[in-house]
Amino acid sequence: MSAVPASVPSAIPIRASGPHPAAAALAERVDAVARRKTVAKPVPTGYRRARAPEWVLQVIAMLAGLVAFVALWEIVARQGGRIPGPGLVWHAAVTIFSDPFYSKGPNDQGIGWNVLSSLKRVGIGFGLAAAVGIPLGFMIGRFKFLSGMAAPIIALLKPVSPLAWLPIGLLLFKAANPAAIYVIFVCSLWPMIVNTAVGVRQIPQDYLNVARVLNLSEWKVFTRILFPAVLPYMITGVRLSIGVAWLVIVAAEMLTGGVGIGFWVWDEWNNLKVEHIIIAIFTIGIVGLLLEQALVLLARRFSYN
Amino acid sequence: MDTDRYLRIDDVGMTFETKKGGFIAIERIDLTVKKGDFVSLIGHSGCGKSTLLNLVAGLLHPTEGGILLAEREIAGPGPDRGVVFQNHSLLPWLTCFDNVYLAVERVFSDKKNILKERTHKALAMVDLTAAEAKYPHEISGGMKQRVGIARALAIEPKMLLLDEPFGALDALTRANLQDELLRIVDKTGATVLMVTHDVDEAVLLSNRIVMMTNGPAARIGGVLEVDLPRPRDRLALASDRRYIELRTTVMDFLYRKQLKQAA
Repeated sequence: MSAVPASVPSAIPIRASGPHPAAAALAERVDAVARRKTVAKPVPTGYRRARAPEWVLQVIAMLAGLVAFVALWEIVARQGGRIPGPGLVWHAAVTIFSDPFYSKGPNDQGIGWNVLSSLKRVGIGFGLAAAVGIPLGFMIGRFKFLSGMAAPIIALLKPVSPLAWLPIGLLLFKAANPAAIYVIFVCSLWPMIVNTAVGVRQIPQDYLNVARVLNLSEWKVFTRILFPAVLPYMITGVRLSIGVAWLVIVAAEMLTGGVGIGFWVWDEWNNLKVEHIIIAIFTIGIVGLLLEQALVLLARRFSYN
Repeated sequence: MDTDRYLRIDDVGMTFETKKGGFIAIERIDLTVKKGDFVSLIGHSGCGKSTLLNLVAGLLHPTEGGILLAEREIAGPGPDRGVVFQNHSLLPWLTCFDNVYLAVERVFSDKKNILKERTHKALAMVDLTAAEAKYPHEISGGMKQRVGIARALAIEPKMLLLDEPFGALDALTRANLQDELLRIVDKTGATVLMVTHDVDEAVLLSNRIVMMTNGPAARIGGVLEVDLPRPRDRLALASDRRYIELRTTVMDFLYRKQLKQAA
């Protein structure tokens, strides 16, 4: 009788090469995704046992995780606290999502409107940040002096919670909505600048030598070499920015009010509709996940290795 | 025009500024290359042969002396010299065709269809017509280097500068590409300056081999005329007495006179 186990779980080789030699810290989430995709099948041993394909196991694991989560939630809910159980939340969700786009005045709108207005704020604030941050990042990456000038400012301001900027925004704009957009702008700006600048600095000298020996025009250098070389870094910056922006918008809206998913959470807290808060948490999570996945797809489209 | 002194390297020296003061890479280099000549630079690593090539390419500027190509001083890099880099240096986001086209459209001001025609021709010369639409990561190392050669040749440069062009390839692919380069050079009559550390490659391809002493402050230690008739055939030469003599001379220079101390 042979005692050799059929599977060799320790021998799962992981391809070490990331999609681009990105700054490790900034690209770690991309790498994590890439790793998930490239985990090789277990090394076949002498005799093969019929086993389910990889993805079936993954789906089973995911379902098991979700079931465990819901079960735990149910147990917590039955302890008699104020947390509504999964069943109650589900029923409330069915009601809410059956009419997501109703509007009964500014303080009572469907969840669809709330999510959309939050996304709109994120979109505007983030778009402005990209419009400012990407060119700034290019310049900081290209010119050492500018980089020296910007380094202390960025180092000082980057760790500041975006919400600390909110009063300044209210002061400047004297209205809640532009102040919220402004907070998104500020928090999206740093990742865009830093990643673009890192990307510009990481351009291999070989590519620049090609430009030099061919004596390419500045425009060609930019469109054919600088921009494509920096694009993966820029997308990483975009991904980090969007992630942070989506985190921040909820908090900003709680403080500023108006229409938006963050405000809705606060409103439902005031109404003591805890099941709606839980629905909002799930909605925020799912929207954030979709944003992230869309950008990961985009990043893969523009990775050249 | 003085075709006997097409490329003139006049008393050139190159000193790099480092934190510990000046580092003399090469000094007092004198060399002339005829039009249509094939000259190899050979020496141990660190002997400044790539520095010399980069000076001719214009990527570096000599701290002493001057370099003239076709009676004009080399002031910087330019497309009158086609450079093939050791690591191919193709842009990964462009197809093979577009990589070559980028160079072609820079140099010629023809209509678009003629530019494309030139690009197709250059890629056909290195046998890559079938791979035109592929991206660099989809083709082998040898094929990438061929695209690099096509890119350098497509701009019809006055000189072809090869920086250890086959150094990163396996032996069989290398032999294959050397034969291809021989054929192309015979056909186009290109003037070539090649850096190599492969003795066989130098003897097989060159008309003259410039042997460099060890750095720092490397100089030309000797110039060997390779008087083997062309076209040259690798297999026939392998047992050719003259070939073996020439090979031995270079080996003798590299491994007896310039034996590198274990670094």
